[in-house]
Amino acid sequence: MFRGFHFVPPDTKIGFVRLRTISWVVSALLTVVPLLLVWKVGLNYGIDFQGGTLMEIKTKESVADLASIRAKVHGLNLGEVQIQEFGAPDDVLIRIAAQPTEKEQQESITKVKQVLGDDVEYRRVEVVGPTVSGELIAGGTLAVVIAMGAILLYIWFRFEWQFAVAAIASLVHDVTGTIGLYSALQLEFNLSSIAAILTIIGYSLNDKVVIFDRIRENLRKYRKMPLAELLDLSINETLSRTVLTHVTTFLAMMPFVIVGGEAIFGFALAMVWGIVIGAYSSIYVAAPLQLILGVRRDGGMTTAPAKAAKAGAAARA
Amino acid sequence: MLHFPQWKVIMVIGIVIAGIVFALPNVFPRATMAEMPSWLPHHQVNLGLDLQGGAHLLYQLDEDEMIEDWLGNIRDDVRETLRRNRIPYTDLSQTLATRTVSVKIREGGDLDKAYTELRKLSVPVGGTLGGFSGARNLEVDRSGDNAIVLKVTEPGLNQRMSSAIQASIETIRRRVDAFGTTEPSIQRQGRNRVLVQVPGISDVERLKKLIGETGKLEFKLVDPAANAAQVAESKQVPIDDELLFSTNTPSIPYVIKKQTLVSGENLVDSQPGFDQRSGEPIVSFRFDATGAKRFAKVTQDNVGLPFAIILDGKVISAPVIREPILGGSGQISGNFTVQEATDLAVLLRSGALPAKLTVIEERTVGASLGADSIAAGKKATLLGLLLVVLFMFAAYGLFGLFANIALLINIALIFGVLSLIGSTLTLPGIAGIVLTIGIAVDANVLINERIREEIRAGKSPLASVEAGYTRAMSTIVDSNVTTLISTLVLFWLGSGPVRGFAVTLSIGILASMFTAVTVTRLMVVYWLRRTRPAMVPI
Repeated sequence: MFRGFHFVPPDTKIGFVRLRTISWVVSALLTVVPLLLVWKVGLNYGIDFQGGTLMEIKTKESVADLASIRAKVHGLNLGEVQIQEFGAPDDVLIRIAAQPTEKEQQESITKVKQVLGDDVEYRRVEVVGPTVSGELIAGGTLAVVIAMGAILLYIWFRFEWQFAVAAIASLVHDVTGTIGLYSALQLEFNLSSIAAILTIIGYSLNDKVVIFDRIRENLRKYRKMPLAELLDLSINETLSRTVLTHVTTFLAMMPFVIVGGEAIFGFALAMVWGIVIGAYSSIYVAAPLQLILGVRRDGGMTTAPAKAAKAGAAARA
Repeated sequence: MLHFPQWKVIMVIGIVIAGIVFALPNVFPRATMAEMPSWLPHHQVNLGLDLQGGAHLLYQLDEDEMIEDWLGNIRDDVRETLRRNRIPYTDLSQTLATRTVSVKIREGGDLDKAYTELRKLSVPVGGTLGGFSGARNLEVDRSGDNAIVLKVTEPGLNQRMSSAIQASIETIRRRVDAFGTTEPSIQRQGRNRVLVQVPGISDVERLKKLIGETGKLEFKLVDPAANAAQVAESKQVPIDDELLFSTNTPSIPYVIKKQTLVSGENLVDSQPGFDQRSGEPIVSFRFDATGAKRFAKVTQDNVGLPFAIILDGKVISAPVIREPILGGSGQISGNFTVQEATDLAVLLRSGALPAKLTVIEERTVGASLGADSIAAGKKATLLGLLLVVLFMFAAYGLFGLFANIALLINIALIFGVLSLIGSTLTLPGIAGIVLTIGIAVDANVLINERIREEIRAGKSPLASVEAGYTRAMSTIVDSNVTTLISTLVLFWLGSGPVRGFAVTLSIGILASMFTAVTVTRLMVVYWLRRTRPAMVPI
């Protein structure tokens, strides 16, 4: 009977942790370069965070006359205006900078609709006023911070603090890496980007937990093994799972990047990137960090019942 | 391992069948569903605005305008109270910044009496029933120089805001209902906001216009003594008069007496129609008893003079009163188009908004974009599913097949639950389902990898399958809980489409714990029992 291919041979022994000097440099670059990018190049903030108006229109002609649309809209003097093709030659995206007041913002749509007339179909109109955009920035940041905090607590509760710290450090790595992608490709950074980041946090952690679980198990099993060796063993033992899981999620998500349409392209691409960067950080950041943080070897990786027993003993004493 | 209690088997199969039955209506078009027997579930997944097209409008009530209005009312009350009690006063004024009305009492001897009388204007918040907190809507204080200051309190303001929002929601509902779209949703958000969601609407500009108008109707007399053109030029408006402009372009100036004769509050009905003689579109209206009486008196007293019909501070028309109107009904003509007449009638019928509402966020999606998104989402999901199914089979053979069957059941369960709880599917929601596909098979990957390890460690087929399931379990729970945590945060803080993503992802994760673990286990157990294999093909 067909047993399935063993994509990762069972006796794989790659010295991930042994190569840590190289991987530290790479991880540091992956964390710092995005920050530099955001600092120097900046993010392409969507209207969610910047306020403004976005209109997606479809023209009657099979190829939109961008020049004429540009001339018409620029003539309205609405401040900064971006006009670009969007997905198809007859699809045009118009972005108008935020207007000083909510009222002027509303008037800007009416004006654009007047100059473009009835020859175009308005597929999408989004207007975010100055009040809401400020709130969305605060809400988005809060969401990421709360999610990280909650996860930190959970891992701390389930494992030891070293694992929690390693998890958060690698999550920071994943988040900056993802934001770096948005900056490098100048993808629009909006509410769904925050959703992508939160999902990547959850998903990438999922992977770290599996490896942590194995490290904890091996710490109990091989009390004498040097830590570096033990970490490598744990990573290798779970490597087949790591690879298979990331490949399936990648396969599931990739069609969204290719045929999912413009509306969700940025989100899907960020997710795919998050899958890749999450896999990297599980192996090269989260696990090796244990060496620095120094997990306890004295059976300190207490399980829940052991903890309870200890607490009971303390109570009796 | 081989022992799987009968009741558990029945329960698992029952859940799976229920999931499929509830998901099934989504496979058929709505028309087909309508012909099905009524005892079958009919609920289909609601599509979000981004998939079916529609408008999402977030309105904010102008708080300053509301306070300004309230202070004006308080000022009128103060004036009325002091006059009734014959207390001379001066410097009656209102200040928005401090939310106060202040008045000076001319003679020190009246101060105590004035203070006692003005204190009566302050009432407990929440009426006599809700007065447990002891909070009142106004703070009345003396301040030096014989002055009395009335200050709006925070609880008083909150109460007023709540009732203003409530009234706005009702007014907006009546206006939106005029469009006859299915299931518009109008709800309060936060302190001073109203979220209006209307699926499937195409003329968003008209909707916004209809909701955005305050809709305050007033009948006032035109001042026959003033020359409107001159006043507009010189800006020298006579006392007790005001300068208003007509709605049409170019706008015509009118000098109007400030006193309101009859207002929209006295209207009981208004309908669009056609003038019997000229055939042009008009709006006919009817007053209640009080309004009719007042209107009759005004028209009797002012025959031959023009009066103005004013909507939100703009003159719609200013006809001359030819004869007294005693029946309590009349009509407004003003060169309307049919649609304008219809909308005006709706506006008058729905009553005025308590304060101006401003759009602070708008998201509208056309039906064609929604349809394109559904098509793209379907294509991407099916493609992703196909790739994952092929890959899982390639990686684990028979056990991959088990995982794949569980995966399909998982997707059916997601749709079943979504239909059952009436949740909304958005484009990011579809992406959530796809991500679930990845996460669901992850549980099977964990289990299958464990089984392989146990086999390598030399365990028997039964023992290794058993160990694979039990030992992978804590890892599966841990890893899913972390994903659930971030999903819950998303649900809590996200809105609209993003929230749809959080919903499908969390339902998907919970369902996957059931399908990927319990359902595959059931399949494996039956397979083990039947074949009693000497080795596990994995």
